[in-house]
Amino acid sequence: MPPHPEWTAAMFPDEVWEHVFSFLPSDADRNVAAASCHAWLRIERRSRRRVFVGNCYAVAPAVAVARFPEARAVEVKGKPHFADFDLVPGDWGGGADEWVAAMAEGWPQLEELRFKRMVVSDDCLEVIARSFRNFRVLGLAFCEGFSTAGLAAVAANCRNLRVLDLQENVIEDNCSHWLSHFPESFTSLVHLNIACLPGEVNVPVLERLVSRCTNLKTLKLNHAVPLEKLVILLRKAPQLVDLGTGRFSGEHHLDLYSKLESAFTGYKSLKSLSGTWEAVPAYLPAVYSVCEGLTSLNLSYATTQNPELIKLVSRCKSLQRLWVMDFIEDDGLAAVASSCKLLQELRVFPSDPYGPQPVSLTERGLVAISAGCPMLHSVLYFCNQMTNAALIAIALNRPNLTRFRLCIIEPQTPDYLTLQPLDAGFSAIVESCKDLRRLSVSGLLTDRVFKSIGAYADRLEMLSVAFAGDSDAGLHYILSGCKSLRKLEIRDCPFGDKPLLANAAKLETMRSLWMSSCSLTLGACKLLARKMPRLNVEIIDERRGASWDSRPDDCPVEKLYVYRTVAGPRSDTPSCVWTV
Amino acid sequence: MEEGSKRRVDPCPKLLDLIPNERHRMVRDPGGGGGSSGLGAEEERKLELKLGPPGREEEPSILSLGYFSKASKTTTNIYNLYSGAKRGFLDTVESKPKDHHQQQQNGLLQLNNRAGLGKEVFTDTSGKAEQQLRLERKACSQTSRTGTAPVVGWPPIRSFRKNIASSSSKPSLGSQNEGEVKAELSFRKGLLVKINMDGIPIGRKVDLKIYDSYEKLPLAVEELFRGLLEAQKDPSVVESRNHGEEEQTFSGLLDGTGKYTLVYEDREGDRMLVGDVPWDMFLATARRLRVLKTSELSGLSLGGVCRKRNNTTTITDNNKVLS
Repeated sequence: MPPHPEWTAAMFPDEVWEHVFSFLPSDADRNVAAASCHAWLRIERRSRRRVFVGNCYAVAPAVAVARFPEARAVEVKGKPHFADFDLVPGDWGGGADEWVAAMAEGWPQLEELRFKRMVVSDDCLEVIARSFRNFRVLGLAFCEGFSTAGLAAVAANCRNLRVLDLQENVIEDNCSHWLSHFPESFTSLVHLNIACLPGEVNVPVLERLVSRCTNLKTLKLNHAVPLEKLVILLRKAPQLVDLGTGRFSGEHHLDLYSKLESAFTGYKSLKSLSGTWEAVPAYLPAVYSVCEGLTSLNLSYATTQNPELIKLVSRCKSLQRLWVMDFIEDDGLAAVASSCKLLQELRVFPSDPYGPQPVSLTERGLVAISAGCPMLHSVLYFCNQMTNAALIAIALNRPNLTRFRLCIIEPQTPDYLTLQPLDAGFSAIVESCKDLRRLSVSGLLTDRVFKSIGAYADRLEMLSVAFAGDSDAGLHYILSGCKSLRKLEIRDCPFGDKPLLANAAKLETMRSLWMSSCSLTLGACKLLARKMPRLNVEIIDERRGASWDSRPDDCPVEKLYVYRTVAGPRSDTPSCVWTV
Repeated sequence: MEEGSKRRVDPCPKLLDLIPNERHRMVRDPGGGGGSSGLGAEEERKLELKLGPPGREEEPSILSLGYFSKASKTTTNIYNLYSGAKRGFLDTVESKPKDHHQQQQNGLLQLNNRAGLGKEVFTDTSGKAEQQLRLERKACSQTSRTGTAPVVGWPPIRSFRKNIASSSSKPSLGSQNEGEVKAELSFRKGLLVKINMDGIPIGRKVDLKIYDSYEKLPLAVEELFRGLLEAQKDPSVVESRNHGEEEQTFSGLLDGTGKYTLVYEDREGDRMLVGDVPWDMFLATARRLRVLKTSELSGLSLGGVCRKRNNTTTITDNNKVLS
């Protein structure tokens, strides 16, 4: 930082500083630069090209657009993470309309737009389609509120569209021929992900689209596309790097198998494979020829079991990312640990979370992976049993973990060998893994684990807690520690008002806090809101009962969402939300 | 929404009614709703006496009923009660001297047993007790899993995945056609197919599922038919045949060099040479097997890929055998 920033700023023309700022790696760094003096503020904001808004209600759309007039790429996130698990009412908010309107007005040069967990209407899509001359990238993840009619508008009007990335959105299918709206002259597509589309896809139309978009690198199909059609599409796009198949089954036919196999044999550049819904084991060997080169494999929708599953995965020697179902079992993970030495990310999903668990996937699988894969840094693991010893082993094996999310399916499950809480295990994780940025804990846990987390997890940015802790002390440890905490989400824990109020200032250093089914009262929320005017304190009450104005202070609060904002209370709160 | 968040059969409020101002001492949320209704007065007294750290009078119990509004018999209550007691348990286990610890643990055992299965276990040796506890817990958690309503939003998986997960546990996958479903099912159970051999009127059945490759198949075929073949042989021919040749009858079944060749009939009724497709594919499509004389093969119509074969050798072999 220069000693006299105003002087230094004046020494060079703005363009020079802009160029300097372009080397700043992150928004956080740019923010710091911008805060150092008026000159730099002016220069930085005029030169920022990528804008990231982690909470759509943290700033008013018009204000954000005005602040960064030269933005070319923007990402906006809406609903709290727990919305993915049905904890947030459907009408809570996160609407994209105001954002799209402001962007259309103030950012005509916009090229990239990504929305995550927002409610995007067809109207939004129409505005997007018509407002940005140079529009190239549209990414919608975990969004809802639009239909294929909206997509048709995008297809028809975005002449230079490179990326259409639809990731796990809820889409209404009312225009099944939307793909036909891409004009014949349209050839710019590089990335097409329609995996979440609910209905049928017109394959001949898709075929023609794929044929003329010779730069297409990513193609992810939806469930409706069977293997017979996949084979046709594969032949048109041998240059694909990232393929998401449709359902991995078809009429049993000798021909089909050999066609599929030869189609894949031609795939020299394929690095990523996903889709494979309901994979019939007999067809899996057809992809063997690409396994060696794969760096990413997502079989988490494939109901294939061992030994076919192991056979496939252990051929993928270059794998960096693996997403599977628990059908892989401990044996499979042991095989992965010895075959996939470059593995960085592992996600294991439960195949039957609500029923009896016949699958033999335990803590041993994860320990094996942690021992065998030196580059592993990101883990999401659903299982039924865990021990402190296993967690400690994982912590010692992999101090390079940055993301560790463990979900023991039965809440409050103790160490199954010692019957102790898993405090020691998770404490080891935070003590050993100094770069841990994301952590989800589960199993039987007392306040002690939070003491460790608060004390050691210096880089932790996101923490998810469920069915854990004994008392207010637990929450206090978290909020008074965890220097880098940005997002905290808690459900079903005995945390009350005191630690919340005692650490009110902390909340302004964080993006958001979610607490549901804890021990909060209305009185505390009111106090918090009064004390911290730059926080929005939202009480979510799905029973939509009597007005919260008239309720007594000791009335329990079932769901609380607190977030920092410069925009003040929002104007679109539905009846289930009350901003204190 | 509220309904969904209730976890299990809930004995806690009942217990609270009986012990209104005491800290709740349960360690584990009662699973399966088993023992709760069988709560006897004697056991309740045991709870009062044995559990919880002695002399601990701290901040007002979060469990006092007045704290929550009348309306709530919700998860919040349950977990507060539970976790409040948990601390007691932990302190018990960790910080107390051994004798006391034993006593506490026994009390704990009783509690657990009552909670889980209504059985009583009074033991003094901690080892045995722990083992028992472990077993009870296991049984407890097993019943609890199958018997209770799921908690809202738990486990934390997205609805996209939930649908896949639920469809994988059912045998009928709605969007697939029936033929595929049947094929899938046949993967799971054994795969018994009829197998006939040329010249032998009696057919056999073979379970293809128990083999994981083509390697063991010829041996299996030999085992099935050797006896029958021998029983049929012309005694005069047997004498002149040497032992070695007999063993060779079943060799070369798959590569066309043997006296016999293994073929199969697929779902469409076409005859195919065994060994052309990957094993899994074969399992999926084979409906019937036949052991045919290699010499007769060229006269038959075979579907699929034809393999090169050395016909001269075959004919020579045949001649050898028949002479």
